[in-house]
Amino acid sequence: MISLAGRDILKSWSKFVFTGMGLGLLIGVTFSMAGVYRGMVDDAKALLSNSGADLWVVQKDTQGPYAESSSIYDDVYRDLLGMPGVARAANITYLTMQVLRQGQPDVRAMVVGILPDSPGEPGYLVAGRQITRNHYEAVADVATKFKIGERIQIRRNEYTVVGLTRRMVSSGGDPMVFIPLRDAQEAQFLKDNDAIVGQRQRTAANPALNRPGVPGLLDAVIVSQNHNPYVNAVLVQIKPGFSPEEVAAPIQRWKHLQVFTRAQMEEILVVKLVATSARQIGMFLVILTIVSTAIVAFIIYTMTMGKIREIAVLKLIGTRNRTIAAMIMQQAIALGIIGFVVGKIVATIWAPMFPKYVLLIPGDAARGFAVVVIICILASLLAIRAALKVDPAEAIGA
Amino acid sequence: MPVKGIHIEGLAKRYGSGDTAVDALKDVNMEVAAGEVVGLVGPSGSGKSTLLKALGAVIEPSAGRMTIGDTVIYDNGWKIKDLRALRRDSIGFIFQAPYLIPFLDVTDNIALLPMLAGQSNARSRELAMTLLQALDVAHRAKAMPAQLSGGEQQRVAIARALVNRPPVVLADEPTAPLDSERALAVIRILGQMAQQYETAIIVVTHDEKIIPTFKRIYHIRDGVTYEEAGEGRETG
Repeated sequence: MISLAGRDILKSWSKFVFTGMGLGLLIGVTFSMAGVYRGMVDDAKALLSNSGADLWVVQKDTQGPYAESSSIYDDVYRDLLGMPGVARAANITYLTMQVLRQGQPDVRAMVVGILPDSPGEPGYLVAGRQITRNHYEAVADVATKFKIGERIQIRRNEYTVVGLTRRMVSSGGDPMVFIPLRDAQEAQFLKDNDAIVGQRQRTAANPALNRPGVPGLLDAVIVSQNHNPYVNAVLVQIKPGFSPEEVAAPIQRWKHLQVFTRAQMEEILVVKLVATSARQIGMFLVILTIVSTAIVAFIIYTMTMGKIREIAVLKLIGTRNRTIAAMIMQQAIALGIIGFVVGKIVATIWAPMFPKYVLLIPGDAARGFAVVVIICILASLLAIRAALKVDPAEAIGA
Repeated sequence: MPVKGIHIEGLAKRYGSGDTAVDALKDVNMEVAAGEVVGLVGPSGSGKSTLLKALGAVIEPSAGRMTIGDTVIYDNGWKIKDLRALRRDSIGFIFQAPYLIPFLDVTDNIALLPMLAGQSNARSRELAMTLLQALDVAHRAKAMPAQLSGGEQQRVAIARALVNRPPVVLADEPTAPLDSERALAVIRILGQMAQQYETAIIVVTHDEKIIPTFKRIYHIRDGVTYEEAGEGRETG
């Protein structure tokens, strides 16, 4: 038996292919939306993996340092190093800000304050070297488009880019710029000169802090105001043989701090932080799926209605209903396959053009293909219903 | 009663019921032998289309009896369960317009019927080619319907109607879109094919120029048929 669907497609292949391409662009958008979500999740996981930490120690009763702000004293890490199971502990700061470049547009980035050769340092470089000095050096993610040797400005100080890394991004997808911890603390907490002068004047004008009978009190208060002993978190690596939970429990109990394991932090980042975005994207995917179904249904229905007389003749000469239904369904599926192939190709082409990471995974493509086939089958049902209702007597005339 | 051909006795068709009932066919009696071409003539609204649909097993008559060959098709109710198979195997259709399947080439338009009947693709195409040769359109075997002239399309439609060697062919105004010369050619071909394939052909027509070509003509008026001898100039 010849394939009626195949012959019909061959006869009007250009119409079919162009329709399939139009559908493919829509499917490409759908794949890209899924890729945006996957990219967000991957960014969050990359953030955790690249930090090299087993535990995140943050301010008590917060879900910092990524999902909420957190501030703890920068000497806490010394206490942690004495806790059982702790191998390494290092202070870290995170600050999302605009990084200025000379003569070029500024770049939104997450500035990370790190200690050289400590947890939090970028795991690998694609060019240059790690930070070796205590001040004014930076390692940047390639997504910033900074170049080795380029001078960038963070707050009032300039930094030289000495190294480039890859896939070091915040949970929001902003590329990271690593600078020495002291500089990062200053960038985060130090006020501008006018503000400092103003604060000193206000402190001096406060009779409680400027008592004539207590010499040195005002100087001591002003010095404490200029010192910035805070970081956002301490990253902890644990010794082999210890579980994250058994190391985290005493820190939480005795140091009055919040401790998150890798699994808990992943829960915060993937489930909580991107939850709203995920729902937003999910809603888009649902709408795109409905729109795709409606378009396929409309196209197939219109194509079928254009063949009513032929269908009546086919039924009159003895063609089985299932043969006619199969013809319509095969055409819908063929349209879906063309759309899927075009969608996959265009999504792959335009994914790198997105400003944030778009991750297209084979599993999503496989699921997408199954959904496209199901959509096409469902969409063809309307046309099949109409075709099966065609009376063969219509071929004979009024 | 003929062993081959079609025999219709007291066929009636009523649409609706009660006060709104319409008797489209009241008393249709026809007998067409194998190899014979008869005309069915009548004014608009006389019941021609209803009769054709009833003979084509696409609407159910209300009463009467119909046999094809020695098989009773209808006797106050369908006697055949699979009407689709009946239409495919025992009744050929030729329409006013050829209504060829536009996405199949000439050969496959004809071969589709034997394929639907379970014949192999090769055998079906062989049967199609035999008919195309007989109808002198074999040179257009690979053409698409849109590439054919009106006369060629109608010949392909005739081939499609005959390919399963049905005992009955129903032709609904087959010459309407053709000029006199081509119309007479189609009737001549139908006459030849009727004899060659031992088929009873009923031609519904308004066409004044072909009416004289039939040996026998059935007139239908208000759902009742009357037989009349024709001149039989072309159909032999």
